[in-house]
Amino acid sequence: MKRAFPILAVLTALLLAYAFYEAIWVAPMERTMGDVQRIFYYHVPSAWTAFLLFSVNLVASVIYLVRGNAKADAVALVSAEVGVVFCTVVLVTGPIWARPVWGIWWTWDIRLTTTLVLWLIYVSYLVLRKFSDSSQTPKLAAVLAIFGALDVPLVYFSIWFFRTQHPQPVIGGGGSIDPRMLHVLLINWLAFSCFAFLVCWSRYRLELLQREVEEAESLESLSGVSQ
Amino acid sequence: MSSIKFLYAAYIATWVIQGLYLGSLVRRYGRLRQRMKDLGKGK
Repeated sequence: MKRAFPILAVLTALLLAYAFYEAIWVAPMERTMGDVQRIFYYHVPSAWTAFLLFSVNLVASVIYLVRGNAKADAVALVSAEVGVVFCTVVLVTGPIWARPVWGIWWTWDIRLTTTLVLWLIYVSYLVLRKFSDSSQTPKLAAVLAIFGALDVPLVYFSIWFFRTQHPQPVIGGGGSIDPRMLHVLLINWLAFSCFAFLVCWSRYRLELLQREVEEAESLESLSGVSQ
Repeated sequence: MSSIKFLYAAYIATWVIQGLYLGSLVRRYGRLRQRMKDLGKGK
């Protein structure tokens, strides 16, 4: 496993470079927005990756609640943390795209607002995990994660049910996309997903190590007290 | 600001955010390594 990580890291870096090249030089230019539309190749894959990570967080949280498995709890924490990073990218690149296209940085549109709420829910989840010392924290966090995950389909499908400024979904929403653009979009999503997997892997190892150190420290302090 | 600058800004912002997070992971690894060293000394 230790050998696989650097190999996967190099492959992911190459894939990210190739995806960047495709997004900037190969994908056709959109007629109305021009080059700024290429933000799409970072904005949408980041959103999909965040949704994927929040779904992993949901599954791991349910497993933790049902079985009390500590590794599932670690996976839930890691996926939420990395998911928040990708969701932050979405919330930053969205307004940068909106400014030249809509003429405004932000509007309280249903898609934008539900995405901001999603980000706030998972930031609250991380704050709860960081600052609460109670032994019940993982259980409370798992319940919060289940409620948080309810916002993911709301974010995705909100543009079907409400009048919105945001474009219709690329897949499954009746929208159409040039096949060459779709190809570049999927390459970028693959690259972002591989990158997210590697980051999660590192963070998961860090989390397990941190728990081992905390356990060793508490054992040491206990042995200090007994002597 | 021309629209191409918004494109650059979005791509740079993406990697700055990811880089800051990776940096925080490296710092956390460093702190953990220090705690492990301290534990080793305690024994």
